[in-house]
Amino acid sequence: MASISVPGSTTRARVTPEALSRGRVAIILGATAFLALAIYYLVGVDEGMVSLFGKTMAVHEWVHDARHFLGFPCH
Amino acid sequence: MEIRIILRGALSGLVAGVLGFIFARIFAEPLISKSVNYEYGRDAVVNALNKAAHRPLAAPDADVFSRDIQSTIGVASGIIAFSVAMGALVAVAYLVLHGRFTPRPSRLAWLIAGLGFLGVYLLPFVKYPANPPAIGHPFTITTRGQLYLALVGCSLFLLGLAAYLAVKLRHKAGGLRAVLIAAVSFLVAYAILIGWMPSLGDLAANVAASGQFGYARAATETPQPIFNILSTPVVFDGKAYAPGQVIYPGFDADVLWKFRWYSVINQLLVWTTIALAFGALLDRFILPRPPRVVPGGQSGAPEPNEQVASAAGQP
Repeated sequence: MASISVPGSTTRARVTPEALSRGRVAIILGATAFLALAIYYLVGVDEGMVSLFGKTMAVHEWVHDARHFLGFPCH
Repeated sequence: MEIRIILRGALSGLVAGVLGFIFARIFAEPLISKSVNYEYGRDAVVNALNKAAHRPLAAPDADVFSRDIQSTIGVASGIIAFSVAMGALVAVAYLVLHGRFTPRPSRLAWLIAGLGFLGVYLLPFVKYPANPPAIGHPFTITTRGQLYLALVGCSLFLLGLAAYLAVKLRHKAGGLRAVLIAAVSFLVAYAILIGWMPSLGDLAANVAASGQFGYARAATETPQPIFNILSTPVVFDGKAYAPGQVIYPGFDADVLWKFRWYSVINQLLVWTTIALAFGALLDRFILPRPPRVVPGGQSGAPEPNEQVASAAGQP
């Protein structure tokens, strides 16, 4: 937010914040979606069907109950 | 602007996750305990029978954390992390869509959260429902995981198509009819999809395992009663069992029903909370404030917010 310089209300009608920061918006949305999907993956999938972080089963066992209750396949 | 809306989505998810955890702690954990106890008993029986019959034994499950940890901070962190992620995703979807439609912000947030509940959870649940511990064979986890994630993806994709169809037809057919046409089209497509996807019991690995102790041909992986599958009596725990006799019961149907029912309620709770909290925060953040706001006020927040509703719709 701090990095967008919003002009005064007179110029606002001509230059939208989207036009000022389209690339930045895309990066923010992409990064957020990526992080959220990473969390979804860690809670629901990792050390189950595939494992990105070793075969310790620590992640799997830590979220074990949540994984079952949230409807993910588990064992 | 975007970051503040995403933070509001994540905050809604946090609130939803805390409620979801409390619900799970009260309603799910007793059932999970029962299921885990059933599983331990069952594994012991299957191992003893396989040993007696000189059949291959299953590898023991790793117990990394105690049940006390799993049923408290374990389940809490899992449900809260999931809910925060979903809240953030709802916020991302809102930011992508809000310029294309211009309903009241909270209405769009409710719509997105509703579709999220359906696509991420309820529709996949129809085919591959949530299962308590003890249900789900370790040797099919890869296939089950792929099927589940594929169904989540397909559900979200088809829902997106249906929503797009409803929006496109809105002017031609009218709002209600457009939604009905889209809903019926979706249901037909989804019915074909889940009819075509395999039942878990029909997976090749499960068919192959169906002749072993504790397994049988069935539509699902829900544990069947353990029969004596040999042609001679077997002795377990000092008691002889004739061929075909039940040694250990199948999974308790009432526990299974309750677990799934509570799982649905839990997700409903999480997504409803995200919808209501995020919707309320958005309305407060975006809609013009009542005129009591003094020009040149201290926060500066109302200024950029007003643009959101109007800016993206106009070139």
